[in-house]
Amino acid sequence: MSEIIRVDNLSFGYPDGQPALSGVSLAVHRGETVALIGPNGAGKSTLLLHFNGILHNDGAVRVLGKAVNDKNLKWVRGKVGLVFQNPDDQLFSPTVFDDIAFGPLNMGYDEAQVREVVAKALEWVGMGGYERRSPHHLSLGEKKRIAIATVLAMNPEVLVIDEPTSNLDPGSKWSLIELLKGLEITKVIASHDLELVEALCPRAIILDGGKVVADGDTGRILADERLLAAHGLAHNKPAGGLGEV
Amino acid sequence: MKHSFLDQYSEGNSLIHRLDPRTKLITTLFFILVVVLTPVSRWQAFALYFILVATLIIISRVPPLYVLKRSLLIIPFVVLIAIFIPFFKEGEVAGSYNIWLWQVTVTHSGIQVFLNILAKSWLSILSLILLTAATRFSSLLRGMEQLRLPRVMVMILSFMYRYIFVLVDEVMRMKQARDSRNLGGGRLRQIRTVGNMIGTLFIRSYERGERVYAAMMARGFDGQTRTLENPGFDQRDFLFALALGLVLVLAIVLNLWYL
Repeated sequence: MSEIIRVDNLSFGYPDGQPALSGVSLAVHRGETVALIGPNGAGKSTLLLHFNGILHNDGAVRVLGKAVNDKNLKWVRGKVGLVFQNPDDQLFSPTVFDDIAFGPLNMGYDEAQVREVVAKALEWVGMGGYERRSPHHLSLGEKKRIAIATVLAMNPEVLVIDEPTSNLDPGSKWSLIELLKGLEITKVIASHDLELVEALCPRAIILDGGKVVADGDTGRILADERLLAAHGLAHNKPAGGLGEV
Repeated sequence: MKHSFLDQYSEGNSLIHRLDPRTKLITTLFFILVVVLTPVSRWQAFALYFILVATLIIISRVPPLYVLKRSLLIIPFVVLIAIFIPFFKEGEVAGSYNIWLWQVTVTHSGIQVFLNILAKSWLSILSLILLTAATRFSSLLRGMEQLRLPRVMVMILSFMYRYIFVLVDEVMRMKQARDSRNLGGGRLRQIRTVGNMIGTLFIRSYERGERVYAAMMARGFDGQTRTLENPGFDQRDFLFALALGLVLVLAIVLNLWYL
């Protein structure tokens, strides 16, 4: 299996001195669907921002074998498609078409190609015919799908999604999970929605306090209640239970 | 939450809606220019302009009452600027009043100028409301871009259009959160709360700006904006621009003739 993303001993602190990642190492291979789970503030989003070089330092991240640096940022962003958590941040254009066309235009596609990939990306996320709609007239579930389409239109090697199901009702959530399942592309999904992780990702990585604390088979990790509870992913039952106090 | 105060009628399918946004932008600007340059005494010309805008509004099938209501918003601003003109303009005195220590005189020509400013700004705003009501905002932006308006300006307008709805939502949620905890309190405290809300909104918008920028960079943005070229004008646009242009040129000629 070829490695698409490789992270070696990555550490990162925010400018205010607050450490976010310390010594993270992991690899994502072609064809995998990997879950990145962890409590709030574990550093998941910060790690994702390193995958496509929005944050980057000292070559700790390699994409398709090349170290991410200032010179190949554009190439990296074409290979690693990052979907942000809040679609209101991701969708910034007056129409759906403009938004999906934004990436391909930046990649230097010509007009015919742009129109083709926009139509295709909308088909992939099941939103054909939404080209002329305005993002603010869409529901959250629709916005999430469009946000994924904006990235798919750039034809990336790996799709990196931050919290795809946050705030969705169960119906929209499961249809989004089905959608993601149907996309034949390498995926990294950051979430603390364990239902999603179980349904979608054979492999899971737990991140807590900026460190990788577990990396392996999802079934085994999700079965380990003590591990989950220790990292804020399961209900931490007080001894004796709440009702008997 | 859904809002439609900006683009309620822009999905119509009238002749006006189907025109190229560039045609509309240029003719609107031309119309405003002609209106503004019409001499004060030519009230017949203003009647003509009004008939012209009214006809276009009817053709566009945007409800006239909606246009009228929105156009009234401009009145306070104009009055604020022009209210002193009748008192300071020299000429034939229409009335003289003693208010406490001052003697105030109003002149005929002053009143005329005042009404004239009111009429001109009202006609201009009517045409602008028609323009924005009968055109999708995104088409309008594209039109501006094709007319070689600076890209930065078009982008700022486009972000404004995209995020004004998000901001209004945010304000609404903050207001609801405040109202559900607000159990009276003095006027001063309420003002302070509003101040805090404005500050919070500012910080949130700033942070959102950072996240939007990250999302743009993630899709290969490098400071250059790129867009697709669009098809040119069609016959309809030429005919419309020609007809409107002729009427306006006629108005100018008549004005000069009678001057």
